[in-house]
Amino acid sequence: MNEQLTARDFATSQEVRWCPGCGDYAILKTVTRALADVGAKPESTVFVSGIGCASRFPYYVETYGFHTIHGRAPAVATGLKLANPELDVWVVTGDGDGLSIGGNHLLHTLRRNVGLKILLFNNEIYGLTKGQYSPTSRTGTVSPSSPAGSVDTPVSPGQFALGAGARFFARAIDTDKVGLGNVLRQAHAFDGASFTEIFQNCIVYNEDVFAAFTDRKNAADSQLHLKHGEPMLFGENNGKGIRFNPQTYAFDVVDAAESPGDVLVHDEKNAVLARLLIDLQLPVALGIIYRQPAEAFESAFYAHHPTRMRRTKSVADFIRGPNSWTVE
Amino acid sequence: MRLAGDSGDGIQLMGSQFAVSTALSGRDFATFPDYPAEIRAPAGTTFGVSAYQINLGGEPITTAGDAPDVLVAFNPAALKVSLPLLHPGAVIVLNNDSFTARNLTKAGYDDDPRDGNTLDQFQVVTADISHLNFEAVRSFGLSKSESGRCKNFWTLGLLLWMFDRQLEPVEAWIRRRLAGKPTMRDANIAALHAGHAFGETAELSASLPQVSVETAQMAPGEYRSVTGAEALALGIAAAGELAERPVLFCSYPITPSSPLLHRLTRLQELGVGTFQAEDEIAAICAAIGASYGGMIGVTSSSGPGIALKTEAMGLAVSAELPLLIVNWQRGGPSTGLPTKTEQSDLYQAVYGRNADTPMPVLAAGSSGECFDMAVEGIRVAMRHMTPVILLVDGYLSNASEPWLIPVIESLAPIESRPVPELTGDSNPEMLAYQRDPASLGRPWITPGMPGLVHRTGGLEKDYVSGHISYDPDNHQRMTEFRQAKVDAVAGFIPDQAIELGDDSGDIVVVGWGSTYGPIYQAARRTGASFVHLRHIHPLPPNLGELLARYDKVLVPEMNNGQLATLLRDKLGIQPISFCKVSGQPFLISELAGRIETERKGSAS
Ligand SMILES: Cc1ncc(C[n+]2csc(CCOP(=O)(O)OP(=O)(O)O)c2C)c(N)n1
Ligand code: SF4
Ligand SMILES: [Mg+2]
Repeated sequence: MNEQLTARDFATSQEVRWCPGCGDYAILKTVTRALADVGAKPESTVFVSGIGCASRFPYYVETYGFHTIHGRAPAVATGLKLANPELDVWVVTGDGDGLSIGGNHLLHTLRRNVGLKILLFNNEIYGLTKGQYSPTSRTGTVSPSSPAGSVDTPVSPGQFALGAGARFFARAIDTDKVGLGNVLRQAHAFDGASFTEIFQNCIVYNEDVFAAFTDRKNAADSQLHLKHGEPMLFGENNGKGIRFNPQTYAFDVVDAAESPGDVLVHDEKNAVLARLLIDLQLPVALGIIYRQPAEAFESAFYAHHPTRMRRTKSVADFIRGPNSWTVE
Repeated sequence: MRLAGDSGDGIQLMGSQFAVSTALSGRDFATFPDYPAEIRAPAGTTFGVSAYQINLGGEPITTAGDAPDVLVAFNPAALKVSLPLLHPGAVIVLNNDSFTARNLTKAGYDDDPRDGNTLDQFQVVTADISHLNFEAVRSFGLSKSESGRCKNFWTLGLLLWMFDRQLEPVEAWIRRRLAGKPTMRDANIAALHAGHAFGETAELSASLPQVSVETAQMAPGEYRSVTGAEALALGIAAAGELAERPVLFCSYPITPSSPLLHRLTRLQELGVGTFQAEDEIAAICAAIGASYGGMIGVTSSSGPGIALKTEAMGLAVSAELPLLIVNWQRGGPSTGLPTKTEQSDLYQAVYGRNADTPMPVLAAGSSGECFDMAVEGIRVAMRHMTPVILLVDGYLSNASEPWLIPVIESLAPIESRPVPELTGDSNPEMLAYQRDPASLGRPWITPGMPGLVHRTGGLEKDYVSGHISYDPDNHQRMTEFRQAKVDAVAGFIPDQAIELGDDSGDIVVVGWGSTYGPIYQAARRTGASFVHLRHIHPLPPNLGELLARYDKVLVPEMNNGQLATLLRDKLGIQPISFCKVSGQPFLISELAGRIETERKGSAS
């Protein structure tokens, strides 16, 4: 069954129920293409999700799929990965699902480095429940539950992930086939927890929140596409560069032609750099921001299990305990 | 109980005070002071051991008892002398500070008995008693030896905590006795309170075997002593063996559930993995993930943690996945009485979920029975593809009892509906939901199986295809199917037997869980019939007919009448509730008394 599947082979018979124009469609398309590109096997690939518009995702991918409960997908996926480490397990979550109700599980999944490919569809809103502000909504977001504007400080998914000890953090835009496709292939190849934030446009409740950098018109000036070992250049003809300003401990934009020596080279293994990149406002850093592999949780779990989860003795060998006696 | 130490340790005083507190708690007792032959025997030697033995209980007691269930040993010599006397499973309290190389030699020990497996069949509680006592009385400016003399009251405080006795009578006695020595009086009271506080902080609780079955009555066979946690761990491992699948046990620590986690971490060669999750919800969710992946998922907690797992249980019901959820019941509500036992989570188990979300519920009646019910729980879970709750009264976790070692080879294999063969035109999505007509369990199809790729989850599914369905008739059908599946369990369990007594008559006592021991004894004493339930939901199919043969149904429970409600609900009968929620087990005498009262009531 596995001679070169195409993106179409990963589509299910289910009618897709997202709102027309929702960014989730574009993500679905790029994910199915990436699955075909990496030669994924439907029977050994699983999509696990929580609850939300984003979390409907598994129903639309022709692989095994488990649509669980709100916020708990990382925990379910951890048990699954321990039960069968051979599986490719993807977790699809939303900003509410992953960072509000399920924030605790995401934190611990990342710190343990469980071999899951986590995709956070960030639309900065609770889509499914009709548009309330979410933990990533910017302060002042007007929504049905915050008519005068929200007062909370938003959480930064990237800073959260690094703070939790994540070993892989990447970012992509829903409609950016190339950028998202690349990140998905890298996430797939990563041994350990990969965490990808996808800027996803909720056309109904939070349209264009990311337009400042996703708009194709300004893309060149507002997007910094990172490549490990290459200078951080962007803008028309890569005319601008990023440098570190030792006075402010932050990044500045410089004219790449004027001061080429100042332009930083991306080092995806550098966590300090990653933190500064995550906070960069314009341009917005995209691609693989941080990647520093370490032993995956499931490998450590099996390595430390004396019999690698196999039964080498019988209960009958244990059941007597240290002291037994016989009654005649 | 046997208290033993050097002559100078104040053993006799301590023993008599414990006896007083025993009398005040309404229990009968007999004592046996056991002095050393020498007036001042050398400290630390076996022949210098002074002991005080007390037999306490709810029924008339005529001797000081042959084999103590509790030993307090102030030094290695006291341990050495007393050990051969003890019942397997006895509680031993040791003073760590006295286990010095010198004292060990004096007692004739080559190796420290606290290491090695000499004490394996006992429940051992160790504390740095000398040191802790010294700290407790430091502020009174006593000499070293005066401080040391308060040690017996420190230990008495600890015992009073462990056996849930009042401090006040002992305190009052100290005040009277030492009225003329205010400093010693206050120091001893401080030591008493400090020992009590130590027990509370360390969450120590002692569990004495409920029924001391005399050797003569024990069935022939090989026995060991076992705690509930040990038996449950072995039962879970045995179920994995019988099902030929690995087990993943996922849990978050909580009293009194943690001993099961600790036990299972030592059974890895039996194909058992343990995962300490970040919280209760993650624990059950990871167990569900493991089951989804083809391992036997098991989680365990006590009431508060079970409450947090509730939503995920609904997911396992909806996704038709096997899972065992163990609830070590403790006193509540909220944090309640973490170290005290109760049976108050029956409503939670049977009725406590959102929507119509029925689940099978089982209960273990003793430490040893935890083994059988773990096997049964996993058997039901796999046969019917459903999560199953196993209720255990919390104190059984650490309570030892003699256990007739089961023969694993005699247990039937555990099976689920076979995964269907793939044929050219089979639709994998439909195959996942082709249920067994009798058990209504679906085949356990897991990711990794080629050709059976499908989606599942918590949204309502079409009965046939498993696709998301909002169809009203389908939801009606699915709701009825989920109930029918749990009801189907009753078709696979044996008829309810009568534990003791006639199969009809004026009164039957119906119990569940750890009340087995005291009810058994009370029924034996009064001649009442006794029915003990292991399947709580669904109830055994013949139970209604069986109970109808008696004039009165008496239901003693360590809660506010939960089984009685269940019996009213499911059988339409009117049982008489007898409730005790003091965190203490029933006394045989109070049960027997109640049975007699009910009988008199019927006669008049
Ligand atoms: C226990 C529980 N609480 C609340 C909800 C309601 N709920 C469903 S989705 C959701 C928020 C989803 O937001 P997000 O994760 O950002 O996903 P989106 O819909 O935006 O893709 C909420 C609050 C629920 N399903 N379960
Ligand atoms: S509500 Fe928003 S996120 Fe949800 S499907 Fe519609 S557009 Fe997409
Ligand atoms: Mg959202």
